[in-house]
Amino acid sequence: MRYTLALFAILAFVWLANSGHYTGLLLSFGLVSVLLVMVIARRMGLIDQESQPVHLLSRLPRYYWWLFTKIVRSNIDVVINVWRGPASISPVSARIPARFHSDLGKVLYANSITLTPGTVAVDIEGDEVLVHALTAGGLEDLRGGEMEREVRALEK
Amino acid sequence: MLAATILALLVVMVLALVRALLGPTIYDRILAVNVFGTKTVVLIAVICFTLGKPEFLDIALVYALINFVSVVGVLRYFEFRSGSRDQGAGRHEYTPGEGGAGS
Amino acid sequence: MSDLLVDGLSGLLLALGCLFMVSGAVGLLRFPDFYTRMHAAGVTDTLATFLIVCALMLQAGWSLALFKLGLILLFIFFTSPAASHALAKAAQHSPLRLEPVAEQGADEAFPEPGQGTEIAEPALEADAANADRA
Repeated sequence: MRYTLALFAILAFVWLANSGHYTGLLLSFGLVSVLLVMVIARRMGLIDQESQPVHLLSRLPRYYWWLFTKIVRSNIDVVINVWRGPASISPVSARIPARFHSDLGKVLYANSITLTPGTVAVDIEGDEVLVHALTAGGLEDLRGGEMEREVRALEK
Repeated sequence: MLAATILALLVVMVLALVRALLGPTIYDRILAVNVFGTKTVVLIAVICFTLGKPEFLDIALVYALINFVSVVGVLRYFEFRSGSRDQGAGRHEYTPGEGGAGS
Repeated sequence: MSDLLVDGLSGLLLALGCLFMVSGAVGLLRFPDFYTRMHAAGVTDTLATFLIVCALMLQAGWSLALFKLGLILLFIFFTSPAASHALAKAAQHSPLRLEPVAEQGADEAFPEPGQGTEIAEPALEADAANADRA
């Protein structure tokens, strides 16, 4: 029920903010489309803890800030490598352990890896992520486990 | 400054097109098209500020959605066309999504 | 005064965004194989887009445009890793397949040539033909 309400609130907010016209006719169109999307989402079984992680909401801003600083740093690294030329890179791929309480944690971890340039999560098998990195340093950084700790602190 | 940004965006889009033409694999081309699409979204947003018409942002928003859906759609086509040597693992992970998005 | 500050700041963000964007595109051309090019594309998708949209947000001020720009940014940040992952995952089903051992690039096309049984043979040939066409 909580997740149904959360989905309704989000959809209604997006409609209201995007439309900018507040007449009776358009508002009723909005209500109809929100309800239609909710019926479809319910049929597909999408309304659950995994698609609406409202329980993470209070800890998300801190994680996003950390991820943002991480993205800025790795962007600068990759740009330096671009201008130095192909001689400065050392592409590697390896399996990195990813032990989390839930699938949601794994998804967050893999998406964070992909979002930071220089590392891409290619595949998940069990408790391991196959990662391709632009430089050996980037892979070592990931092995250091800072990101894993942050994600684990988020989902706890 | 907005004009210079538009110029830079166009240069980037031309570079992406060059990569799309050079290939060499189909995945390089899809990657280049993805970059091209993302830059189109930004270009539309910048143009709407140059013209002073904020309502064009809706187009950028819709283009962002279409770009994502089309890239994933094209990828799935190529993934399963050549996916005959896929032995189990990948196939199983993709089955739930297939029911939702495929048909 | 504050107008001047906002304009200057947004100009600075635009310039930085252009720099990162062009760097990413140069990397897209310069890097030697598919996976490394994917990292270069990541630069244009994340920080460059963020900087440019932020500059536009500064110019928009408090309006509906600000919210829409925020939505565009949010959407690009959510879909870009999904698209990258789908791309890498799809490449796993092709001759570009990565091996999890640490090695240079993706030149190891077929992982187990010794174990090629009759069942696996046609699939491998199909793949090779596919690579030729691509």
